[in-house]
Amino acid sequence: MRFVENQEADEMLDLVCRMCPMHLLEPGDKLKCMKKGQILEVLTDYDQALEDIPEWCKKCDHEFIGVEEEDDCYKIYIKKKK
Amino acid sequence: MKSAYLDHASATPVRKKVFEAMLPYFSDQFANPSNVYDIGSKMRQVVEEQRGKVAELIGAKAGEIIFTSSGAEANNLAVKGVGLAHQKKGKHVIVSSIEHHSVLNSARFLERLDFEATFLPVDQHGTIDPERLVKAIRPETILVSIMHANNEIGTIEPITELAAICKEKGIIFHTDAVASIGNINVDVNALKVDLLSLSGASLGAPKGIGALYFRKNLRLMPLIHGGIQENGRRAGTENVPGIVGFGKAAELAKNEVSKMEPYVRKLRDRLVEGVFKQIEKVTYTGHPKKRLPGHASFCFEAIEGESLIFMLAQNGIYSNTGSACASKALKTSPVLGAIGIRADLAQGSTVFTINDNNTEEDIDYVLEKLPPIVDRLRFISPIWGKKVPETEEGVCT
Repeated sequence: MRFVENQEADEMLDLVCRMCPMHLLEPGDKLKCMKKGQILEVLTDYDQALEDIPEWCKKCDHEFIGVEEEDDCYKIYIKKKK
Repeated sequence: MKSAYLDHASATPVRKKVFEAMLPYFSDQFANPSNVYDIGSKMRQVVEEQRGKVAELIGAKAGEIIFTSSGAEANNLAVKGVGLAHQKKGKHVIVSSIEHHSVLNSARFLERLDFEATFLPVDQHGTIDPERLVKAIRPETILVSIMHANNEIGTIEPITELAAICKEKGIIFHTDAVASIGNINVDVNALKVDLLSLSGASLGAPKGIGALYFRKNLRLMPLIHGGIQENGRRAGTENVPGIVGFGKAAELAKNEVSKMEPYVRKLRDRLVEGVFKQIEKVTYTGHPKKRLPGHASFCFEAIEGESLIFMLAQNGIYSNTGSACASKALKTSPVLGAIGIRADLAQGSTVFTINDNNTEEDIDYVLEKLPPIVDRLRFISPIWGKKVPETEEGVCT
């Protein structure tokens, strides 16, 4: 797992209390509305997201930047590549 | 036999246009909205259109509506969903002491999970004093839930003022609008609430469909986990016919509530005036003015409400004693207890809820039948002092 600190983001998505598959569907929808090169922060308390999101980024050709832990939640950073 | 249904707080008849709108979705239009093929996508579109109509009724955005199975589920989702999602911030919730059981018991459920709940008292009219709310708020308070209007005594709460107090302190505010929707205008922007519960059965949609308005981006812990329905906030295949019925009823209500209000108020006032003219020893419960336009609630001294309801029903008149679900428990209404009605007087609670299906003839029929039934019941009451009705003609058999 790649960890980051103080990563900045252009958009934020609060998915706390939301589970599979919303942790993949909502970032997908959000990234569609963002520009190439912009960074999305996904805030989640869903442990499975740590495995699923990096894998999903590979499939969808987005860049998984890394994870930061904060108050029992994870901030997962994704860069829109195309 | 003549008949007059005056229990619209329990259920409203499904409107003809609502029923017609729903019909295709029981047969030809049956696909699952989650399916990706065309007939499934069409169903998804239908559900989203109805979401928009329900949202429009209360001044919300479509994305802020979660469909539920009832108003009670919406209340559960609001209280438990907020409590569980925000417990790291604090574990204290405040609800009024006259809330519907779905709010009261949700707060009690949270108490089992080490939350603390404050049950806020009301005044003699059932109104929450904003000052009391201010005093009850603690640093760890995360949610306040106070109903828009009470189903049993009709009192309308000062929600805008109460919600403003919570907003200033960063506390989430929920209101149960099941009793008020369809009877008065309900607008989430005017009320400034974060969550609001609705029931389709309040406004001419069938039973089994409700909704929760939640302010965009508010965290809510789902009560039903599963698939992607309701954006992952409430799993389970959608009740498409119910949702279509709710959407149609909301669309109709949007244009009709303001027009209906003066008519219904006039009928209610005719009933109240007639009752006080013809029957002695009656208490009008709830706020005398700040109350739902079609709501008339009384306590008849020395009478048991259940018997009165039963005898009225024998004459084709349908009313209620307390809330529909509490009345079966045969216990003194906690709402009437909270507004300081004596336990013996509270036994004689009778609630008439009128809507625009009713006519002056209905009211006059109640005023014809009710006084002799009250006389009859008082005649056999051990606590009425053996008062004999003036004429035998007035005795209901």
